[in-house]
Amino acid sequence: MAYSDKVIDHYNNPRNVGSLDKSSPEVGTGLVGAPECGDVMKLQIKVNRETQVIEEAKFKTFGCGSAIASSSLATEWVKGKTVDEALSIKNTDIVRELSLPPVKIHCSVLAEDAIRAAIRDWKTKQEQTASKPVETKA
Amino acid sequence: MSTMTSDVVAGGGTAVAQKPSEVSSANVTLPIYMDNHATTPVDPRVLEEMLPYFTDRFGNSASRNHSFGWTAEQGVEQARERIARLVGATPKEIVFTSGATESDNLAIKGVAEMYREKGNHIITAVTEHKAVLDTCKRLEKYGYRVTYLPVQKDGLIDLDDLKRAVDEKTILVTIMAANNEIGVLQPVAEIGKLCHERGVLFHTDATQAVGKVPIDVQKMNIDVMSISAHKMYGPKGVGALYVRRKNPRVQLAAIIDGGGHERGMRSGTLNVPGIVGLGKACAIAQEEMPQEMKRLAGLRDRLKDRIMGRLDEVFINGSMEHRLPNNINISFAYVEGESLLMGINDIAVSSGSACTSATLEPSYVLKALGTGDELAHSSIRFGIGRFNTEAEVDYVADRVVETVNRLRELSPLYEMAKEGIDLASVKWAAE
Repeated sequence: MAYSDKVIDHYNNPRNVGSLDKSSPEVGTGLVGAPECGDVMKLQIKVNRETQVIEEAKFKTFGCGSAIASSSLATEWVKGKTVDEALSIKNTDIVRELSLPPVKIHCSVLAEDAIRAAIRDWKTKQEQTASKPVETKA
Repeated sequence: MSTMTSDVVAGGGTAVAQKPSEVSSANVTLPIYMDNHATTPVDPRVLEEMLPYFTDRFGNSASRNHSFGWTAEQGVEQARERIARLVGATPKEIVFTSGATESDNLAIKGVAEMYREKGNHIITAVTEHKAVLDTCKRLEKYGYRVTYLPVQKDGLIDLDDLKRAVDEKTILVTIMAANNEIGVLQPVAEIGKLCHERGVLFHTDATQAVGKVPIDVQKMNIDVMSISAHKMYGPKGVGALYVRRKNPRVQLAAIIDGGGHERGMRSGTLNVPGIVGLGKACAIAQEEMPQEMKRLAGLRDRLKDRIMGRLDEVFINGSMEHRLPNNINISFAYVEGESLLMGINDIAVSSGSACTSATLEPSYVLKALGTGDELAHSSIRFGIGRFNTEAEVDYVADRVVETVNRLRELSPLYEMAKEGIDLASVKWAAE
């Protein structure tokens, strides 16, 4: 099975590898997959509260080349989008961009799940902050 | 190595550019082949021996009436002798097939059919090659009962399990001599002794063992045995089946009909050049096995030490004590196997990861060891061979270490482990 050039490129030059501060109210963290399945993706976004634009994204992935490429691409794509725009990213877009073969489609599905999980986490944090009374921990 | 850290990053995500490998390839020719359990290159001496049988000695060895046939037959008979000698058999006990898969089929189906009156119970092990397992599955459809013995953590069967499993209906025990994934050697002599005492036939798939470790069908009480040419520096498409003639005399029902070749056990014109190649491969193994075993064990240990000495959280799958001298199978925690293979794409090895299989199933052999799916996904099998050098071993080890380190930087599991999180206690989204 030969890999597409784009997958190889993302594998050799992954974009946005790293971590954001999980505890920050501006950061949403999505952790999807399971070690037993051979695929775990962590995707994090830092969102501007006023504009709802994703200003920063980072990922880490345990998985095959296609999984790494899918999550790397996901971080590229979400940056600069609002959270709602990011929710419109479909796994099929990833499959097309990376020319993933049928047996690797599930990697793109996981990447889409990772985006949604990160956004869901961020939104939950915003709701929690909104509903908290104004006593703060220093 | 990567300059990025996994601490809090204030902003500005950058691509982590892959530096070209820092390992020098000055002393090696790329790509390097280190997957000798999948197949082996044909030894030049084997090829040389085969060639005349494609050109002027092209006769059909079954042509009894002219010199073309006699010459081909001579080549075949010499090969038969060479194979028999390597394994402690007599030439008449060697049947030629298209390979070990066919030999396994012939052995198991052939015994099952012939001994049906005596019983319908077959015993095998969960770590057998699919050629054995799938054949057994088919026989179950025809009403045979099959016991699949488990293996212990080191990959060996428990002889007590075998003892308990044998009953009055048992007609065949089939257990491989050496495992293709983890290289583990089963206690063949003890199994043979037990079977002999209980009057049960013993077949062993010795595909990975013949030519690598000493096999003697008399000493080991083997009744039927599968042999493959392309695992021992011979050509693909040819193998053999040892079928005992004395003490006891084993009878097999043929699975291929048509002409009655090979004493009625396997019809079809013989693959003369292939057989000649198999014979030569055996003759070479006979001569060179002791030194070669030592050399390959040395290389294998060098590879193992060079990798394991420089990485933490790496685990060997299967017993080191009862193992083929040229095999090592290692799991690299927190790194997935296919991504590792991609990173060392100038080296040919294989992985037990689900991502490398067409069915997305992780290795059932590693599963049987109780390894756990995550480590099965992180495993790499190295099969060192006759033509590998020390420089190649060093290069492979260095590239593996370099790539594992790089991929661990990308791995959320490694990050969590370093933070002290017990991964076993995490509630994963996909569970």
